[in-house]
Amino acid sequence: MNIPTDLKYTKTHEWVRQEADGTVSVGITHHAQDLLGDMVFVENPTVGRQLAQNEECAVVESVKAASDVYAPVAGEVVAVNDAVESAPESLNKDPYGSWMFRLRPSNPADLEGLLDAAGYQALVESETH
Amino acid sequence: MQQTPLNAKHRELNAKLTDFAGWEMPIHYGSQIEEHHAVRREAGMFDVSHMLVVDLRGEAVRPFLRRLLANDVAKLTTTGRALYSCMLHEGGGVIDDLIVYFLREAWFRLVVNAGCADKDLAWLETQRDAHAPGLQIVPRRDLAMIAVQGPKAGEKLWAAMPGTRDLTEPLKPFSAVTVGDMFIARTGYTGEDGFEVMLPGRAAPYFWQALLEAGVKPCGLGARDTLRLEAGMNLFGQDMDERTTPFESGLAWTVDLKDPTRDFIGRDALLRLPRTRQLVGLLLLDKGVLRAHQKVHTAHGEGEITSGGYAPTLDASIALARVPAAVVVGDEVGVEVRDKRLRARVVKYPFVRNGKPLV
Repeated sequence: MNIPTDLKYTKTHEWVRQEADGTVSVGITHHAQDLLGDMVFVENPTVGRQLAQNEECAVVESVKAASDVYAPVAGEVVAVNDAVESAPESLNKDPYGSWMFRLRPSNPADLEGLLDAAGYQALVESETH
Repeated sequence: MQQTPLNAKHRELNAKLTDFAGWEMPIHYGSQIEEHHAVRREAGMFDVSHMLVVDLRGEAVRPFLRRLLANDVAKLTTTGRALYSCMLHEGGGVIDDLIVYFLREAWFRLVVNAGCADKDLAWLETQRDAHAPGLQIVPRRDLAMIAVQGPKAGEKLWAAMPGTRDLTEPLKPFSAVTVGDMFIARTGYTGEDGFEVMLPGRAAPYFWQALLEAGVKPCGLGARDTLRLEAGMNLFGQDMDERTTPFESGLAWTVDLKDPTRDFIGRDALLRLPRTRQLVGLLLLDKGVLRAHQKVHTAHGEGEITSGGYAPTLDASIALARVPAAVVVGDEVGVEVRDKRLRARVVKYPFVRNGKPLV
C-alpha cells in the first residue's frame, strides 16, 4: 500500500500536504481510488468558498459509484486543479500527484488532529481486515 | 459465498472479487475501462459460470415452453437455434429473462440469471407438476460458462481451440453447436460478436488459460455491465422485475402474440394492463454521471433511471429510464443528481453496436 510519510490523512481517505505558502493541498489516497475503481468525474468546490472542517465539498465518481470528498480542515478554497476535472483518471494513475483543491486553513489546530502515515495505515488495515 | 471453477484463475490474475448474487465473482482485474475497450476493439472474456444452465427433457417440452415463455419457441425448429425471452407470472411481471436453446424435440436448454436461479427452478417445478408431470428439469451446475466477446473473439477462440473452428465459424447469431463436451453459442451481452461456451467445470480452467495465452483479456462484471448498458440490453432486477411488464421495459419485441391460441402465462394481463410507462435511453448533456434510481422530470410527469453510468465508448454518461409513455425521442428531460438537476436528451438505444457509437 502506498502511503507517503510526508503527508497527513483523514479518516475519510483524503490526503493533505502542507505547502510552503501556508495553504494545504487535498487529494484522495491510493487506497480510496483503489476501492472506487476507474474515476470518470470530478466536481471541485468553487474558489472562495469557506469550508467547515469535515464539510462535504467535492465529489469523485468512479465507474462504480459517487463518493463525497470532505474538507480535512476549515478554511477558504484558494485554488482548484482543473487538470483532474478534465482527466479524472489521473486520480487513479497518480493519486498523490493529483491534488484536487487547496485551502487556506482558518484554524491551524485542525492540522494537529489529522492522522500521520502510520495512523492512516492502521486505519486502512482495520477497515480491510 | 459460492465459487465458480475459475475462482483460482481470478485470484492468480489479482482480480478484485465481489459478492454477486451469493457468488464470489471478479468485478475487474485492474481497470474496468481498459477491459471495456478490449471487448469493443479486440477480445475479452468473462466468467459467467454463476448463471445456471437448466436442461428440460421430455416429449412435452415444446408445448410446456410455449405456455411458460412470452416469446414463442415454435420459432425454434433447427437444432442449436436460440431465442431470448421473458418468463412472466400471471400478472404479466417478469420472473426472469433467459435464453432458450432448441437441441432436439425432447430436449431444450435454458440459461437463467444467477440471482433468479432458485426461484426459477421452483417456478419451473410448480408449472411442471401442474401441466407436464413427465418433464425432467435438470439444473446443470456441473457446467461452467465462459463468454468470449469482441471483434476478434472468433479469431482468438480458434487460435486457442483450433478444433472448434469448422463448426463455430459458420454459426449465425443466436445459434449454437455441440463440439465434443463443449456447447458453443454465438451469443453474448456486450453488443459485439462473440461466443458463450458451456463446458464441464473441471475443463474450464484449461480453456480459460488457452484463451489467456491467445491474448484474450480477462474482464470482470464491471465491464460486463457498462458493455451491456451501451448495447441497450436490459439487466433483470434493475431494468425490469416482477413489478414491471416487458411492454414497460423495452421488451415488447420479445413478446410473441401472433398465435391467438397460445395462452402463455401472463398473456391476459399484458393485453389488459394500460401501457402508461416505457423504457427510454438517456444521454446526459451536462457533466456528471447518471445512476440507477435517480429521479427524471419530463413534460409528462416523473420517471426514474433504471440503469445508468459512464459509457467508455462514448466518453459520456447514458442511462435507461422508465418514463411516462408520452415522452418521445428528442425530448429534453431533467435528472436529479444529488443537489442539482442535470439536462439529458431522450435517445434511441442501443447506444453502441459492433464498436460504433449510435448516438
